[in-house]
Amino acid sequence: MLSSRSMQAAFKFAACQHSPFVTTVRTSALKASATYQIRSAATTSTTPVESIPAEQSEAILKEQRLRRPVAPHISIYQPQLTWYLSSLNRIAGVTLSGGTYLFALGYLASPYLGWHLESATLAAAFGALPLAAKLGIKTVVAAPFSFHYWNKIRHLVWDTGRFLDLKGVYATGYTVLGLTALTTVGLVLM
Amino acid sequence: MVLDALIRIKNEMDSTLTFRRSCREGICGSCAMNIDGINTLACLCRITDESRGATKIYPLPHTYVVKDLVPDLTQFYKQYRSIKPYLQRKDPPTGKEVPQSIADRKKLDGLYECILCACCSTSCPSYWWNSAEYLGPAVLMQSYRWLADSRDQFKEERKQQLENEMSLYRCHTIMNCARTCPKGLNPGLAIAQIKKEMAFNG
Repeated sequence: MLSSRSMQAAFKFAACQHSPFVTTVRTSALKASATYQIRSAATTSTTPVESIPAEQSEAILKEQRLRRPVAPHISIYQPQLTWYLSSLNRIAGVTLSGGTYLFALGYLASPYLGWHLESATLAAAFGALPLAAKLGIKTVVAAPFSFHYWNKIRHLVWDTGRFLDLKGVYATGYTVLGLTALTTVGLVLM
Repeated sequence: MVLDALIRIKNEMDSTLTFRRSCREGICGSCAMNIDGINTLACLCRITDESRGATKIYPLPHTYVVKDLVPDLTQFYKQYRSIKPYLQRKDPPTGKEVPQSIADRKKLDGLYECILCACCSTSCPSYWWNSAEYLGPAVLMQSYRWLADSRDQFKEERKQQLENEMSLYRCHTIMNCARTCPKGLNPGLAIAQIKKEMAFNG
């Protein structure tokens, strides 16, 4: 605002003073004004324009719509606690229920395939593992379980209409993450 | 503001650059776009400091692009039309205004200010994947604006229209909508209120 005013003043000065300083004044004014914009004159098309009847233009519009690209979405959207926790919740849920289904189906098929998935065999196999592997496997199971557990409670609270402002969303989000960390550590050390 | 930069680019560097703009003061909603990863109005978004690197601008996410920063909002407007965004009454018109108590009028605060810029709807992952059937945060908040209006007499019909798997219940409370709204509104809360009303008051 300021700079464009000073530029206008400079132009006025340049217009009324026919001095050899005119060009100098103008260039310095241009350099000083960051917001100055050159507006090009209205353009006229030299290409002949043919008008298209309404029925045909509709067909062209439909054709265009079929070819329109989709704007980028998940790959360019800013990482935010909101949709990151939501995605994590979905991933954790799918992991937990998928794991349960897979184990149940495996258990069902085990007598025919000769697998040993009985509790005693599994416990023995797990006990024979090195400590790092034990902790790793426990974490892989405990982390999605803890997160999904706490986050679904967050969702139940939301369903009552509470903590649904931005402040509440972030406060409950960080609370869930904290509780998840604590619960995971607790379960892993059990 | 980023809009000034865009106008300058169009005027001085590349006249083919295409974007929508009108009021340049955040009330028309034309210049909604994705700036540095977040949907906002270009006219309300400050240009970041040079030291923070280049600003990336994309059209509204997961929209069909007409050209450059101009998204095709046909579906969005069709969905808005589908919720009948106007007062509907069963009483025959008396030729007089329909009065409303101050308390009832207050219920519309935070709902009526929406300018339909589509920032929230196009920030919603659920709307990205299901925009054919899911109404999206902006339209649902306007739906609630009429459900919450004490003068409207078609609440049952309005609720009936939402009583299906897709229109309303694709909202998974992700809350990107409230995070991105350039007017500081909370579509997620409005949707939660609809869900509550549908669950408890039939």
